[in-house]
Amino acid sequence: MKKTYIAPNIERNSAGNMNKYGAKSVVRYQDRIESIPITDLVKEYGSPLIVLSEAQMRKRYRRLLDTMKMHYPQVEMAWSYKTNYLAAVCNVFHQEGARAEVVSRMEYEMARTRGIKGRDIIFNGPGKSPDALRIAIEEEALIHIDHLDELYLIEKLARELDTKAQVAIRVNMDTGISPQWTRFGFNYENGEAYRSIQRLLSGKMMNLRGLHTHIGTFILDANAYYWAAKALLELASRIEKDNGIVLEYIDMGGGFASQNTLHNQYTPGEFASPSFDQYALAIGNAFNESHFVTEHLPKLVLETGRALVDEAGYMISTVLGKKNMPSGERAVILDAGVNTAITAWWYKLKVSPTRSFPGAYQNTIFYGPLCMNIDVIRPALPFPDLQFGDKVLITPVGAYNNTQWMQFIEYRPQIVMITETGQTELIREAESLQDITARERIPEHLRKL
Amino acid sequence: MLSQNPDLSQLNATIAVTGLKTGDNPQPGVPVIRSIRAAGFMGKIIGLVYDSMESGIYLEDLVDQVYQMPYPSAGAEAFLSRIEYIVSKHKIDVIIPTLDAEVILYIRLGDELSKLGIHTYLPTEECFLLRDKTKLASYFPPKGIAVPETSLISEPSQVIASKDQFPLMIKGRYYEAYKANNVEEGLKYYYEIESRWGLPIILQKLIPGDEYNIVIVGDGEGGILGMVPQKKLVITDKGKGFGGVVVNNPDLFDFAHKVISLLKWRGPCELEVMRGFDGVYYLIEINPRFPAWVRLAEGSGQNQPAAVVLKALGEPLEPLPACKAGTLFIRHAEDIIADVSVMGQISAKSELIRR
Amino acid sequence: METSLLQNLAMNDNGFIFDPISGYSYTSNETGLIILKLLASGLDKAEIRAQIMDEYEVSADNFDSDFEHYLLMLDALNLVEY
Repeated sequence: MKKTYIAPNIERNSAGNMNKYGAKSVVRYQDRIESIPITDLVKEYGSPLIVLSEAQMRKRYRRLLDTMKMHYPQVEMAWSYKTNYLAAVCNVFHQEGARAEVVSRMEYEMARTRGIKGRDIIFNGPGKSPDALRIAIEEEALIHIDHLDELYLIEKLARELDTKAQVAIRVNMDTGISPQWTRFGFNYENGEAYRSIQRLLSGKMMNLRGLHTHIGTFILDANAYYWAAKALLELASRIEKDNGIVLEYIDMGGGFASQNTLHNQYTPGEFASPSFDQYALAIGNAFNESHFVTEHLPKLVLETGRALVDEAGYMISTVLGKKNMPSGERAVILDAGVNTAITAWWYKLKVSPTRSFPGAYQNTIFYGPLCMNIDVIRPALPFPDLQFGDKVLITPVGAYNNTQWMQFIEYRPQIVMITETGQTELIREAESLQDITARERIPEHLRKL
Repeated sequence: MLSQNPDLSQLNATIAVTGLKTGDNPQPGVPVIRSIRAAGFMGKIIGLVYDSMESGIYLEDLVDQVYQMPYPSAGAEAFLSRIEYIVSKHKIDVIIPTLDAEVILYIRLGDELSKLGIHTYLPTEECFLLRDKTKLASYFPPKGIAVPETSLISEPSQVIASKDQFPLMIKGRYYEAYKANNVEEGLKYYYEIESRWGLPIILQKLIPGDEYNIVIVGDGEGGILGMVPQKKLVITDKGKGFGGVVVNNPDLFDFAHKVISLLKWRGPCELEVMRGFDGVYYLIEINPRFPAWVRLAEGSGQNQPAAVVLKALGEPLEPLPACKAGTLFIRHAEDIIADVSVMGQISAKSELIRR
Repeated sequence: METSLLQNLAMNDNGFIFDPISGYSYTSNETGLIILKLLASGLDKAEIRAQIMDEYEVSADNFDSDFEHYLLMLDALNLVEY
């Protein structure tokens, strides 16, 4: 039998590039997703293909809730639509008991269409339109106010509608991390948050139900949540004392990191990202130290998105070709690029082979199929010599890709869900030309060629 | 002849040590190994290296085997499968990691390593995180340990905003610290550090005074198994201490005891301490590993690397002798002569089996 | 193609290659090393392809494109003039 062929390669040795640890396998392959062979998935649904695991989502949701409850019992979750608003994904979390957390009219309408009542919707974000706010006020959604003009607008709309709006305000504070997200909400330290609450109450058109913060995204320092929770609880105490209002809930927002690794982060995610327990402990400590909490047991709301769904998402992609770069690195061109996995711009996504390979590894860059220099799925990482038609698995891609992907020169691929019973279900069909052009109108004089 | 303490001459084990680079920016692996050998250890020593030009590889009598490791940034799977491969060739009983960026790997993967029969003597993750350069300034001062005023920044504009406070120390999260005299230097170092070590970047007030470094092995319960403080005598233009002398300073001992009892540190570490001209002791950094000058501990009577080997294995350890003040180290560089085929071995095969 | 420089190289079976004239050293994989040795012994592309295809599971097209790239790399390293 003939030997397995690997493309010839040579590199000049110099201090700094002399780490190859190449002789033996350091890259593990993964040939199935939850016992379904990747080759079967591609045969049935094509490539590229996004695969979401229902079991993973439910497991992570329950684990987070259970972990949090060990530190503080009154916890509620709200599913962050912007993280992944595929109907099947949202419904998994709604079935688990999560409310909806939306940041735009579109997301608001999505949640309503899925049968979520207005009062089970948390409406966040800095850009709520008057139309959307009017509906939210009427339907008693929990509106989290971002800035003063929004506060005035809600007051005016509520007066017009002759009803009280159900609100919380979003607060930003110093939690010891940087950058500090001061562009959203009202500042705690300079008293802006307290003053805006006094203004809100004096208008008498709103019921202040809670306080909200969202300290940032991909927060690698669990302790920042301790400081954030402590600030909100102190504010809640002060409102009770000064205004006699006992707030029902403290919404700590999202921002828990997944196991992904940021490009500017040296330590990989599996070593840098805090565990659910570390986040829960930080928040729980602040709650359990608070007098307000012992007195009133407010609800703790979490809007965790990424940490629940990122690892549940996989992308299968096929090798279209490869080249050797002048630098000695190898480049592989895949059939899915940053148009489909946009988070490749922020994270060092993990790329795994889907079969075993003999022999040495070479630094390999993964490019997508777009005619753009920035279409890089993963900068150089040691990889075996792939052949045309080989499949690779790109993970984790469950968060922010199905919502931020781009309509650039390609149809978006199929998305399947592996159900808890191990079946595959198509949850979004691949697009066709019709999907892209149906909304277009061609002026009369441009119709004839 | 007096028996040594610790005495490793009867120890039947294989010890792996990382970081074998010596020279102008030396790693602690080679001195750690020399100290272990000085305790009479006759077993096999395995060097774990990242680069095939780490000079310790080329020393004939230093390590018995060398294996190249994937960089920590390659992730847990790459790391573990490489360790599994090495263990399949030769068992390892103890690993002493000596580089800042890899310590967290060894802590988080402790369970997987012990399944492979590998022991370490390291702090808990919680404790490890408290000593992070980004945390020192918030954790210690409320507990009565002074730390120079520190801010964490993640945008170049924040360097400009600090323009009235220069000179400042500007540091990366894992490695590198520079004194920046003005905004221009600050920005230059900001970008250099960001490209190598990422964000955040640490800006720290400069404390004029005398610098002391202390190598310590903590017992994990707030106690100290060994402690040797030195005053740097020779400092290179890169700020590295290339010579120093052991001091006997009760204030410094108290300070170090307090830090370690707060942290409950287990395993080796190095405290960098400034005694300001105001007479206050400031904690500058806690490095989660032995320093490159650790032979001074052995030389002054306290063989800390040997003690760590015994503690990792769960072996009994006699109280270490006190260190002798006035013991001096001065670093000396020497050229190693080898055939290019040694480099060929390690760079092509990623391993070198001498014995 | 000028391959006389290859005569100087010391190649060991691990794929470590040392150029005693320039002092540079290189690391090559298995197929890279075989091709280098065949080039050094003066074989042409067709002969090399035949030998590789004899030993390895690879199509002529696939090999030709890799071989082309490999020569460009060797050229870039000043080991052959292509």
